[in-house]
Amino acid sequence: MSAAAPPLMELRRVSKRFGERAGMADRLAQALGARAPAGPVRALDDVSLSVGAREVVGLVGESGCGKSTLGRIVARVIDPTEGERYWKGEPYARYESREARPERLAVQMIFQDPFASLNPRMRVADIVGEAPVVHGLVPRADRDAYVAEILGRVGMDASLLRRFPHQFSGGQRSRIGIARALAVRPAFLVCDEAVAALDVSIQAQVLNLFIRLREELGLAYLFISHDLGVIRHVSDRVVVMYLGRIVESAATAELYARPNHPYTEALVMEVPRIDARRRRYVPIRGEIPSPIAPPPGCHFHPRCPKAFARCRDEAPRLREVAPGHLSACHLNDERSP
Amino acid sequence: MSALLEVEGLRTHFFTRAGVVKAVDDVSLSLERGRVLGLVGESGSGKSVTGYSLMGLVDAPGRIVSGAIRLEGEDLVALGGEAWRKLRGNRVSMIFQDPMMTLNPVLRIDTQMVEAVLAHHAVSRAAALDRCREALVRVGIASPDERLRAYPHQFSGGMRQRVAIAIALVNRPALVIADEPTTALDVTIQGQILFEMQKLCRETGAGLIWITHDLSVVAGLADEVCVMYAGRIVESGPVDEILDRPLHPYTRGLLDSIPSRNVPGRPLAQIPGMTPSLLALDAGCAFRERCARAREDCRAAPAPTRPAASRTLRCVHPLA
Repeated sequence: MSAAAPPLMELRRVSKRFGERAGMADRLAQALGARAPAGPVRALDDVSLSVGAREVVGLVGESGCGKSTLGRIVARVIDPTEGERYWKGEPYARYESREARPERLAVQMIFQDPFASLNPRMRVADIVGEAPVVHGLVPRADRDAYVAEILGRVGMDASLLRRFPHQFSGGQRSRIGIARALAVRPAFLVCDEAVAALDVSIQAQVLNLFIRLREELGLAYLFISHDLGVIRHVSDRVVVMYLGRIVESAATAELYARPNHPYTEALVMEVPRIDARRRRYVPIRGEIPSPIAPPPGCHFHPRCPKAFARCRDEAPRLREVAPGHLSACHLNDERSP
Repeated sequence: MSALLEVEGLRTHFFTRAGVVKAVDDVSLSLERGRVLGLVGESGSGKSVTGYSLMGLVDAPGRIVSGAIRLEGEDLVALGGEAWRKLRGNRVSMIFQDPMMTLNPVLRIDTQMVEAVLAHHAVSRAAALDRCREALVRVGIASPDERLRAYPHQFSGGMRQRVAIAIALVNRPALVIADEPTTALDVTIQGQILFEMQKLCRETGAGLIWITHDLSVVAGLADEVCVMYAGRIVESGPVDEILDRPLHPYTRGLLDSIPSRNVPGRPLAQIPGMTPSLLALDAGCAFRERCARAREDCRAAPAPTRPAASRTLRCVHPLA
């Protein structure tokens, strides 16, 4: 992206903690003598991220790393505890007015489970057509024609308008979820594990759809996945998260060729690959720690084969190790003074 | 010495109100001691029902219609229910996909593990506990004494799956059937489990059938691979040959649709259409509707052929 134009979407130093203020039930329980809960879940810890227009940013990490929380914050499903969100260089708060509604609709989300994310009692025409009619994008009378057009975009036949979700396969339901997001003419899609529930051959079809839609509609994506193969295929840039923090980010080819952070290195090594036959697995030690009580210093140090004293005390900051390649690891200071 | 496991012409059908579902239709495979067989297929291909059939765990309305399952030369299908029950958890055991469903949430780990030992061996509780401790250490669980006194909810997903594996291995089975045991786990945890399983097979000489939809996992783990589609094994053989020189168009299509085998950002090679309903299958090749090489003669039942001594194939128009 050029230096002059602001990025499409930007997060600055965003943190999210869940359960910081005790709820009614908790306060009552504590008044009756129950122990205080273990403390807030630190889902996100000082995360900054930007996505340019027409850019695909892949977000990888294991369960509990905060990747879904990040996606939800970007899509306005939840608000951050700290930090700012910007859309086209303006804070999200500027878009609260009625006139700014089209801009608000420009960020849409696609969910993981194509079974749970569609209302089983609504027909396809209602699922896809509800939002554009409510937001005044399409007159009610034109709804079915509009939905048919959107369905055509995602490779589905207009004759399926009157059907219910249970009449579709997993791959088709994914397409309906995508059509629902496209119906309000977004510029940016947050895809949270959008292909994780699909079989390999169907997954390829849906990934191809994402690639085609990006070309046709000039969309930007934040593509969240635990699957490094999928991320590598669709992303221009990859961001790796571990326990609420970004540990590394770089252009896709650079990240896979020269992973800098020991965690990224382990992830790239650990992924089963078709060309690695009867390999000897050399596993990375230990479990993913709890985000309620993350380890001090670098969150990865208890599992890191290269950890030293400083990693236990001081959290490493993200810094540039090559042009456009950021990594948060103390080893980089050791290597180059 | 006969092979550890020989399956011949296995058919498991489900007799539902909507019709007969041929979930497993004429499946034959064999497995030697200490070897890993990858059973690969998409949802509905019959890979899990094959696994359940080998364990004698098919419930009504399903049943094994015909075929033989020989474990060390002994036919389990002819043996019947009660004798089969004595084998389960003892000489054959199974690891399931979801460790939260396999473990009883209200019982401590020691209760659940000791039960598995005492069901098959007349030993004291102390001796049974020793075996449990040993099994936990074998799957990489440190401080087994502490873990034995814990409840399943106190474990992480990966840890629970290790416990489930330890229970499956506690009686030192000759055959282990693993049904997608790492699918629900994170990449680094999956790596740990694959490492342990590989080590255990080498050390104990147990045969392992690894059921998965993920060809990349099979590539790293298995010696042989069987590819299933709509209830049939369409292709089988040594892992290198199948992955490097697939002969069946379906295997080729599966391999080509893996993102890492494509140029990043370019459209993926994809298999058109979707898996057929098992209710509506005729005798012909089930893949022909999605296959670019299909001809008129694919409507006839494809007979299994042997393109090489170690390989089988069910295709009239295989790839060169």
